[in-house]
Amino acid sequence: MGSMRVALMVTCVNDAMFPETGKAVVTLLRRLGVDVEFPAAQTCCAQPMVNTGYLDEAVPVVRTFVDAFAGFDAIVTPSGSCAGSARHQHGIVARRTGDAGLAAAVAETSPKVFELTEFLVDVLGVVDVGAYFPHRVTYHPTCHSLRMLGVGDRPRRLLEAVRGIRLAELPSAEECCGFGGTFALKNADTSIAMGADKARHVRSTGAEVMVAGDNSCLMHVGGILSRQRSGVRVMHLAEILASTEDAPLGAVVGGGR
Amino acid sequence: MTGTFVGMPAFPVAAREALGDTQLRHNLAHATGVIRAKRAAVVGEVDNWEDLRLAGAAVKERALTDLATHLEELERMLVAHGATVHWARDAAEANAIVVGIAQGHGVDEVVKVKSMVTQEIDLNGALAAAGIAAWETDLAELIVQLGGDLPSHILVPAIHRNRAEVREIFLREMGGAGRPAPADLTDEPAMLAAAARAHLREKFLRAKVGVSGANFAVSETGTLVVVESEGNGRMCLTLPEVLVSVVGIEKVVPTWAELDPLLRLLPRSSTGERMNPYTSTWSGVTPGDGPQEVHVVLLDNGRTRALADSVGRQALRCIRCSACLNVCPVYERTGGHAYGSVYPGPIGAILNPLMQGTGDKQVDSLPYASSLCGACFEVCPVRIDIPEVLVHLRSKVVDAHRSDTVPSAEAVAMKGVAWTFSDARRLARAERASGVAGRVMKRMFGVTLPGGRAASGKLPGPDGGWTSARDLPAPPAESFRAWWQRVGRLGRQGGGES
Repeated sequence: MGSMRVALMVTCVNDAMFPETGKAVVTLLRRLGVDVEFPAAQTCCAQPMVNTGYLDEAVPVVRTFVDAFAGFDAIVTPSGSCAGSARHQHGIVARRTGDAGLAAAVAETSPKVFELTEFLVDVLGVVDVGAYFPHRVTYHPTCHSLRMLGVGDRPRRLLEAVRGIRLAELPSAEECCGFGGTFALKNADTSIAMGADKARHVRSTGAEVMVAGDNSCLMHVGGILSRQRSGVRVMHLAEILASTEDAPLGAVVGGGR
Repeated sequence: MTGTFVGMPAFPVAAREALGDTQLRHNLAHATGVIRAKRAAVVGEVDNWEDLRLAGAAVKERALTDLATHLEELERMLVAHGATVHWARDAAEANAIVVGIAQGHGVDEVVKVKSMVTQEIDLNGALAAAGIAAWETDLAELIVQLGGDLPSHILVPAIHRNRAEVREIFLREMGGAGRPAPADLTDEPAMLAAAARAHLREKFLRAKVGVSGANFAVSETGTLVVVESEGNGRMCLTLPEVLVSVVGIEKVVPTWAELDPLLRLLPRSSTGERMNPYTSTWSGVTPGDGPQEVHVVLLDNGRTRALADSVGRQALRCIRCSACLNVCPVYERTGGHAYGSVYPGPIGAILNPLMQGTGDKQVDSLPYASSLCGACFEVCPVRIDIPEVLVHLRSKVVDAHRSDTVPSAEAVAMKGVAWTFSDARRLARAERASGVAGRVMKRMFGVTLPGGRAASGKLPGPDGGWTSARDLPAPPAESFRAWWQRVGRLGRQGGGES
């Protein structure tokens, strides 16, 4: 990976609400020999605007995106949803503007966006990332990673290679958790009904930890699990993969030490 | 005149009421679960299912691309075979044509094959207004009709009812509509079906006029096609002297060869059967066999409006299988009535706004009645990218309000968020502010998430927000970006330049 320039697309949700996930990706990629960069000009993939119908508002955000990530060989993100947005929706936004320059920039950037498990398995060619996580875990495949990106069994294979982990099968795993971006607010009652069913399935597995590749979905189901005082913790997949025997979860990364 | 139930509230309000009905939730979860499993099993046994889907989509696209030519051919062939063809721009015109035909024969009743398009135009209401009873003969439609109810599913319109409820409806209502249910009726499915059979039999044998829709219309021979499971359709299509079929213009299929993939896709996707029990085809009048007077009403009612939408037109490929309803996690919980239309579920959430146009509060709420999970697209036999069309229609709803003198709170918020996201320095400032808010939250709300992170419990404010049933993690004191700037970048191989 020596000559490959790899950017971390941390996503706005992780940047503002779940920095530990971003740190975990940095730890993990450095451990695997990738000198990941964080282009500081990045903000958001524009999905909140696009999926609520505000396509005009998405235009400057997509411009910021393509400018921030120009010149990188690979753009890695710990979010199936945001990867899907960059790969499938930026083109729609760009075409609507009629700006050929923006469309060309999107065509250049979009195919370089990888969801974390795609990058690990397809680009780096690793399944065993040397992680250690001695807990009972259940995995929820998020909709956009599953159906928009088609990550398939990559997350599962990565989890199965984690030492000490005990994976519990999640019933109705492929059913949506009910987050859905602004759907969670605009149709809060339906969203909560879906999330409550997901939480019920998670609890039925007896897992200590529910893991997924999207913190937005985890924030939703985790919020319900917490309100129910279920004791089940939600964690991003990157944090489990970053965890090792020497540096278990929560250890400080980076810092040049 | 539209396919939307008059006076229905917007989706979130209707959904809230439906979600509170635990019996409805139970009925729906059970029924959609059963039918999902059946579909998955019979689709799984077809090796080239994806090729079939591509073929099905291509056939419908070809028909829609040159729709006028195929429709004119269909009319020509129908007329050549002795049928009378009528063109209806909207529901009112179509209803007037059908009522006129029934009145011309002096009848006070007609028997009906299950048909979505006649539900869409509320033909039964128009006939009733003219003093003509329209008897639904499909078992589920009969349940809906006798119960004074509205359909909640395209294929199984009484999916929201369980068998105990069906027994009650039959005992209470059958006598008023004809032959009563036997007094010792139980909720055994076979007994319920037998009661419906006996009740309907006298109507089949008596009716002079039959009314149907059509699943497909093959233009090269002027042939209408109806697929069904119960045989009631076959009775209605063959026994009456007069047959009137209302057909949406998107039902045209140019050739018999092109009908092939569609007839293979439909039963597996809809009822989860390898093949449907009854496939009836007829081309106009066959002397001495079946109805001797055949009418076909070709209906637009918003279809050309949908056709003019470059993204949304793919919705006209729909063959009304309901696979998207059965897999939809929103539909499974709210049921069909919440969508306020005879076309509920994911396909209804795009068909209604496409055919009626945006601008009505209830219709405008439909494209938002989805978490965009993509399960509908995955199962659609004609590959309608429903999530793509939903997002497209959301943008139409938003764009229609761009010139409002007072913008909505959401529009203001979205503009603010977009402004913040257009420049990383603005975002960094917002994150510093949220970090401060997080510290305040930590003091005020004493919830701790598993793992130790502080969170808010229920926050004051209007109902239905995030925290009514979901705790919200407190924003962290330091954003990722701030961490990277402070220490993260120092761990880079080159010593921290970025």
